[in-house]
Amino acid sequence: MPAPDHPTDAPVDAAGGGEIPELPSLTPVSTLEPVDLVAADGGVPLAGRQARRGRLGVFGLLAVGWLVLVTLLAVLAPVLPLDDPDDNIASIVGQGPGTDGHLLGGDDLGRDLLSRMIWGARASLLLGASSVVIGLVAGGVLGLIAGYFRGGADTVLSGMFDILLSFPQLILAVTLVTVFASGEGTSATRRMVVLILALGLVSIPVLARITRANTMAWSQREFVMAARAMGAKNRQIMFGEVLPNVLPAMFSIALLGMAVVIVAEGGLSLLGVGVQLPTPSWGNILSEGRADLRDSPHIVLIPTVVIFATVLSLNYLGDVVRARFDVRESAL
Amino acid sequence: MTRGRRHVHTSADEFPVAGDRHLLEVDDLHTHFRTPRGVVRAVDGVSLTLERGRTLGLVGESGCGKSVLSRSIMGLLPPSADRRGAIHFDGQRVDGLGDDALRDYWGTQMSMVFQDPMTSLNPVMRIGKQITESLEVHTDLDRTQARETALALLRSVHIPEPERRLRQYPHELSGGMRQRVVIAIALACGPKLLLADEPTTALDVTVQAQILDLLQEQQRERQMAVVLVSHDLGVVAGRTHDIAVMYAGQIVEQGPTATLFSEVRMPYTEALLSSVPRLENASHTRLAVIGGRPPDLIAPPQGCRFAPRCPYVQERCRVEQPPLVEADSPGHSYRCWFPVGTPAGREALERNLAANLPQAAAAVTGELTVEAG
Repeated sequence: MPAPDHPTDAPVDAAGGGEIPELPSLTPVSTLEPVDLVAADGGVPLAGRQARRGRLGVFGLLAVGWLVLVTLLAVLAPVLPLDDPDDNIASIVGQGPGTDGHLLGGDDLGRDLLSRMIWGARASLLLGASSVVIGLVAGGVLGLIAGYFRGGADTVLSGMFDILLSFPQLILAVTLVTVFASGEGTSATRRMVVLILALGLVSIPVLARITRANTMAWSQREFVMAARAMGAKNRQIMFGEVLPNVLPAMFSIALLGMAVVIVAEGGLSLLGVGVQLPTPSWGNILSEGRADLRDSPHIVLIPTVVIFATVLSLNYLGDVVRARFDVRESAL
Repeated sequence: MTRGRRHVHTSADEFPVAGDRHLLEVDDLHTHFRTPRGVVRAVDGVSLTLERGRTLGLVGESGCGKSVLSRSIMGLLPPSADRRGAIHFDGQRVDGLGDDALRDYWGTQMSMVFQDPMTSLNPVMRIGKQITESLEVHTDLDRTQARETALALLRSVHIPEPERRLRQYPHELSGGMRQRVVIAIALACGPKLLLADEPTTALDVTVQAQILDLLQEQQRERQMAVVLVSHDLGVVAGRTHDIAVMYAGQIVEQGPTATLFSEVRMPYTEALLSSVPRLENASHTRLAVIGGRPPDLIAPPQGCRFAPRCPYVQERCRVEQPPLVEADSPGHSYRCWFPVGTPAGREALERNLAANLPQAAAAVTGELTVEAG
């Protein structure tokens, strides 16, 4: 997992560089007309436009491509010409990729791995996205309130975030799932909903703290006081003025959070409280396959590689988002 | 909110109302900040009045309380601030009002232009949205009308191609352009009082004059009262009706602009005046400076606050704080025991020169350098 967190290194050369790099295709042509010389002599805006960091680049395109591919496959799973993920086909039990026209081979029960991986993507992506949305909305609102109002609200809310964070997150999730969605007769849907809520709960404090910190910084800006001086209400200022500035940071962390949730589901599956079988998920394919690691390592390897690629893509994009918005801020 | 329901371009029907009510009346205002080091007396007993359509210049060094004073008037203070004294706006007492009540004043009755247009516009919001936002808060205008009004406002602050600007983001505009936008926003709901907090400090010198001209023009057109805060006497000299000079949280001299310049009484004002570079001086003339720095506002000097830096300082100045007294000309008052331009002041300076007081010598040699140059 790449963790390049150097928020300070991006801005410096954005404004200073004497060389004029070629214009990125994103630059609106109209802003470069001679009329705009007034803006150009301020130096900063033009330079900021030209040296735009955080473009996708080759790796970014690969990351986006991979995520789009995985998402499309997951969404289209019911209409794709796939074997039933629950069908046991005797000829491919434990067989490696390519056997008998089954692209990724079969698992120890003879189920087509390609089909299970694609159906598993549904569960894993749904879980990842939904939990992070819960975290974004709840954590975002709480973080905004704590960061904007400070004082008592902040003390109470930050205390709550700290309490939530002080639980080992995996254990918290395991506990919640065990208590609310395990045992005989638990439906797969109920397990899924509880998993989403549990992992969502776990991601709330992380997103709330990022939002809070960013809100605190942005609330100090003069434009917030200017909005207040024009009679804007707190709610308008929080959601209209501050939130749009905080969103990039929130999205950046949310992408990382989604990656973490997908990995966490694998961990929960190993402990037997992941997505409930027979519904496949990347995590439970991995966890089921570990029994046969010696004879059919591909059952474990395939989900590992897929999870790795997905997590890497999400992390990389999270970074791109952050870098991109860093530049805009530095251009001001 | 009801107070604000008024169309925007109504300057013509708002002539100053004759009457004895001042538009703004500040009485013995104290704004203190509680800090871990102690109480900072940022504004310490300021009284002033401002009539409709008049411009007041508020001058002083950095850290003398100018900005805090203007924010105190608006009621835009952080929670750590402790404000005492009375503020009347248009006959209504406004200090002590909560944010909810003040919101009826903000934007429509009084508004503010901030120092740095780089930071007082929201970087992720289009110019158009930033202007129409307050219109939508305070008026009944629908979207199209608000947009039309925004265009008219941009035109009135002389922004070329206003239609295009509406769709642009702040970073696409130059500093002067942004400050024009900030002014347009502040004027959007037709305030009666505009507080301009160092509106040109962050700008290029060549743009400063344009912005000041714009403020003056809008002030005349709209019959607004303006408080122009500046650390630069040159900025306020030609553009204000009255000037109040602040030092260490207090007004040390105030009066009609012409009087203040011709009959300086307070040594601090004199020092400020002599530190303005003059065109008629030869190049390389040494610029007069005021030695030392403003006092610590947590523990200000016991006597006159300017005493430690004053060329005229006498024993009395160090122990007894001079009150604000009326000068000969109407409306002119100052705080000084040994005022400039009086026999008492002259004697005090001579005594200090004889005693080799460094700041007295500096004040005089500064003048000599000027003449010699």
